[in-house]
Amino acid sequence: MEADKSVFVMGIGVADPKGLFSTTVEPFRRFGAERVIETPNSENAMTGIAIGAAALGKRPVIVHARNDFMFLAFDQMINLAAKWAYMFGGNAKQVPIVVRGIIGKGWGQGATHSQSLQSVLGHFPGLQVVMPATPADAKGLLVSALRSSAPTVILEHRALFEAQGVVTEDLKPVPIGKAAIAKAGSDVTVAATSMMVRDALHAATGLSTVGIDVEVVDIRSIRPIDRETIVGSVRKTGRLVIADTSWVTYGVAAEIAAIASEDAFDVLRTPVRRLGVADTPAPVSKPLEDRFYSDASGIAAACLDILGRTSEQVSVPSDVGPEFLGPY
Amino acid sequence: MTSPDSSDMKNSEIQLYKDMLRIRLVEETLAELYKEQEMRTPAHFSIGQEAVAVGVCAALTRDDVVYSGHRSHAHFLAKGGSLDGLVNEMYGKEAGAARGKGGSVHLTQPDVGFIASSAILGQTIAAATGSGLALSMDSSPNVAVCFFGDGSVDEGVFTESLNFASIRDLPVIFVCENNLYSTQTPAEFRRPNDTLITERADAFGVRSVQVDGNNAVAVFEATSEARELCAAGEGPVFIECLTYRWREHVGPYEDFELGYRSKEELDSWKERDPIKALGEILISTKTCSQDDIDAWAEAIKGEITTTVDRAKSNPFPEPTSLFDDVY
Repeated sequence: MEADKSVFVMGIGVADPKGLFSTTVEPFRRFGAERVIETPNSENAMTGIAIGAAALGKRPVIVHARNDFMFLAFDQMINLAAKWAYMFGGNAKQVPIVVRGIIGKGWGQGATHSQSLQSVLGHFPGLQVVMPATPADAKGLLVSALRSSAPTVILEHRALFEAQGVVTEDLKPVPIGKAAIAKAGSDVTVAATSMMVRDALHAATGLSTVGIDVEVVDIRSIRPIDRETIVGSVRKTGRLVIADTSWVTYGVAAEIAAIASEDAFDVLRTPVRRLGVADTPAPVSKPLEDRFYSDASGIAAACLDILGRTSEQVSVPSDVGPEFLGPY
Repeated sequence: MTSPDSSDMKNSEIQLYKDMLRIRLVEETLAELYKEQEMRTPAHFSIGQEAVAVGVCAALTRDDVVYSGHRSHAHFLAKGGSLDGLVNEMYGKEAGAARGKGGSVHLTQPDVGFIASSAILGQTIAAATGSGLALSMDSSPNVAVCFFGDGSVDEGVFTESLNFASIRDLPVIFVCENNLYSTQTPAEFRRPNDTLITERADAFGVRSVQVDGNNAVAVFEATSEARELCAAGEGPVFIECLTYRWREHVGPYEDFELGYRSKEELDSWKERDPIKALGEILISTKTCSQDDIDAWAEAIKGEITTTVDRAKSNPFPEPTSLFDDVY
């Protein structure tokens, strides 16, 4: 915001003392109510307002405390922002809005507060959709989004807010459209998104104790998706497990499986495995919730299975970091 | 507002008349040619409603920004959008306002302040409000304007936008063209009896006014006043213009045979033709003669014929351009 005066932030709760899990507290302290704009509960209009401001050269950042509330803004996000550049033939310039949506997981947040919308958002040409899994990517992808000419959705996982990692002080962009090899390996590829990258790394640690060398691909950019890195990894390992934070049906996991099938069918030694959440709305009660989500153990089991070593078991690190204590 | 002297006013009345006449003749020509099936884009004609577009835009400067909805040809032309851009876009040609990617309902020409029109009801009301926010943040002297129909006021985005614009005193003029029907649905199914659309603006503390939308001078004066209020930081303003669409909701024909409205109703509104009304005033005050009007019409028809002929022979976009401008 210091580097670019056209950037401003708006959303429900951005100027309140909690500042959306502290993410807007410092901007508000430094730039005040003129550039950190508290809004009425009007997600759709606020998104259109961001578009109209962007059309005149601003770079608005909208924040949703739960990405589920984006559904209220889908007309503006999908029918206008995503189409703007194209349907005016490039003659109306572009509307580079940035929409941050936070994914809530667990602690009984239930069906309407814990969804993960990358699959539906990734469907639409004209939107960019990214999911950072590390602190450096959280910053670098935001920098890229704020310099991009296209509307960009950033889905941030609440459970990763306590993650630690090295972040440079400068505004180093992480390119949108490039996956990262989070861990190199040779036996099986785990292509993972967001929170599942962390779980995949735990699974890889566990599997290494029985001599299995996992490659973890951090998908990072949902649209555009980095086919090259996915296919390159599958060509190296011949096996693919996909771990996503959402439903697998019609989802990002399905898209990644399709890419492997189209571009690396000849090297696949076994069918692709997809892990996501159970094909139900999210439940609240703890035993149901535990069953609902995939985790590191599930990823490890899928890897063993795909390697024909189903009789074996490995122990994986459990959830690291301080456990989230609710309520939100 | 400052009152212009009488010669300025006469000149501006002539300009209002010419601008309405041009839009009428363009749309009548396009509607006729539409029947040839060469314009493959759903078109919502504004014939009968020209006074709103022309009256509002006459009160704006080039740098004021305008948005519109699906019925946007008149707004586009009134704000200074190029006739070439409109006609070529109707024919899906590369030289169109949106290079053949947008069609009748997605027009743009930012260099004259016509930012965008779009076909989802009420959608651009929010965008205009956002442009008002940007203007306000930059302490700009300009205003943002959105044209929309009475059907759009039922959308949540209308009230959401009015509320936000009011909270922040944004320089936005909301122009509602109340033509009585949302597609074919009359107001009685969409609005409680004995309530006014302006009351919805009032509820959010937005200054509102209802004007005769078939009187270009009245629309011009209301907009001029609204613009001054916005420039003084006393925006936003809501203007409801009472008017009537002569043709069907979408397409080139009249549609009273459908039964949702009567021929008598249509005829009574044709009696109140905004162009005829202003023309009679201009002639009776000897501001101009019928010969002047005929000469203007001939010149406009020549411009239209040339533009249409050129558009018809212009190239379509290259098929490879399908993938251009997604991002």
